Amino acid sequence: MKTSVHFKIAAAFCCVLALTACSKKNTPDLEATTVGQAAPGSEKDFAVNVGDRIYFAEDQSTLAPEAQETLRKQAAWLSQYSDVTVQIEGHADERGTREYNISLSARRATAAREFLIAQGIDGTRISSIAYGKERPVAQCDAEQCWSQNRRAVTVITGGAKTS
Amino acid sequence: MRLHKDTRMRALAFLALLALLFGLRGAAAQTEIDLTGGRITPLPIAIAPFLVGDGAEEGGATMTAVITNDLGRSGYFNPLPPDSFIEQVTDFSREPRFASWRQIQAKALVTGQVFMDGGKLRAEFRLWDVNTQQQIAAQQFTTSPKNMRRIGHLIADIIYKQLTGIDGYFDTRVVFVEESGPKDNRVKKLAIMDQDGFNPRALTDGRDLVLTPRFSPNAQEITYMSFAGATPRVYLMNIDTKQREIVGEFPNMSFSPRFSPDGQKVIMSLQDGGNSNIYELDLRSRGIRQLTNVPSINTGPSYSPDGSQVVFESDRGGTQQIYVMSVDGSGQTRISFGDGRYSTPVWSPDGKYIAFTKQARGQFAIGVMKPDGSGERILTEGFHNEGPTWAPNGRVLMFFRESGGESGGPQLYSVDITGYNEQQLLTPQFASDPAWSPKLN
Repeated sequence: MKTSVHFKIAAAFCCVLALTACSKKNTPDLEATTVGQAAPGSEKDFAVNVGDRIYFAEDQSTLAPEAQETLRKQAAWLSQYSDVTVQIEGHADERGTREYNISLSARRATAAREFLIAQGIDGTRISSIAYGKERPVAQCDAEQCWSQNRRAVTVITGGAKTS
Repeated sequence: MRLHKDTRMRALAFLALLALLFGLRGAAAQTEIDLTGGRITPLPIAIAPFLVGDGAEEGGATMTAVITNDLGRSGYFNPLPPDSFIEQVTDFSREPRFASWRQIQAKALVTGQVFMDGGKLRAEFRLWDVNTQQQIAAQQFTTSPKNMRRIGHLIADIIYKQLTGIDGYFDTRVVFVEESGPKDNRVKKLAIMDQDGFNPRALTDGRDLVLTPRFSPNAQEITYMSFAGATPRVYLMNIDTKQREIVGEFPNMSFSPRFSPDGQKVIMSLQDGGNSNIYELDLRSRGIRQLTNVPSINTGPSYSPDGSQVVFESDRGGTQQIYVMSVDGSGQTRISFGDGRYSTPVWSPDGKYIAFTKQARGQFAIGVMKPDGSGERILTEGFHNEGPTWAPNGRVLMFFRESGGESGGPQLYSVDITGYNEQQLLTPQFASDPAWSPKLN
């Protein structure tokens, strides 16, 4: 299945991102250790140097300033590498009911997609999918984990350079 | 229905108790029922080990066990331990010695026999009223030996109905989602089992994420959501042939399906950007009708049993709340006004209640309210309870309870509509999204 490959890739990126996880923002000196390994225009470049995910407040789909900043960087990168197509995965935390969370995660993916389109990215390059609470990345039962699961992840589906 | 007067009195008293608990106020409850704490005092019943002929030993033991387990789990009966029995029943056709059953406080007695008859299993049972010394039910079944558990459930249904006046629910099944693997990459399979947890089997192989299976009224078909294709969609599956089909090719995701009471339509949510609205699809004409048109999340639709109304959840007012509308989409009215968020509404088979999930103060509860929103009662509350489904007689609700943390997962529970008699339903793996079948017989 196509998506399961994406999960593996996303999981691999998580390991890289974990290096920078002590601060919520990307810490420049830690980034410097990974920049050299990611070829410009590659999936790794996107995940490490741009940031492939944004986070949401509880039961919200509004884009916080930090999320907008990440999406602006995504849009700039996507403008530079115009062959790249992406799918935005919307996710919700586990503290909601199943059907509502599916819809809430669709709303989050839509918010991210519309922001990228407003930044000038052609909508035909951006698909979206809603996973509800079905694919948490953090598994503890505390707000620090739930907040990591309320996310929209921009996954490259084609056109990236190989690293 | 052949029912002796005294037994009828007791059945009425029992019903009166139920009526009191449900706030209906019938006749005054009689002596046999203990009202302390609002609990139903289970009726003591002796289930004599079924007599067996050659080759029917397993059948007899299985049926006795199934009947005992069904009646005991219902919470309305107290099957007495066989080692307390004074009389050992040795002849099915002879009247029992009632005094010896009265001595152990049994109010009712079940006797039975099972034997092989030309490759078929033949089972007979009798239900006796110990006080009046009358036989109040009797029936015989002939079937293939592989149906021995079902015959046990059918007999338990007859006993339950005879002594409570309410239809039984033991000859039913539950479709659910079986979950395995780590929490961040769960494998989910559609699965089905008998309502007592026996005979579980998977209906899908786990390759695709599947959610929210729901039974059709004929019990042979389910509708569910699958992530099999590029866009997640609502599907139908025939349980026997496993043949599946997509319900409508829509540009965006479809989800949260449920059958109409006549089985001819599927009601579901269709996503449109950040909003979801409720649509009804006619399975024969494939015509689609939009019922809600509000820029918000509208999902979880469930028909009233007469098909004239639909209950659903919507966050149009800011948070998830429960609404009722006519099946043509008119008269959309909010009915939940308590403190918290309300979701996953399901109309009861008798039309009297709506079951729901309620989130308040960081807890997830299962509750019921009347269709006008009055009479809210919480049946169970805790870290995470979700997704109620009704037994076909409207007396029992099943739901899933999730434990948090990395090794946590969902498991199935049932609870009586009074809020008592909560029971876990053991499954081989984690299990979620239960849906109770209609009665099979």
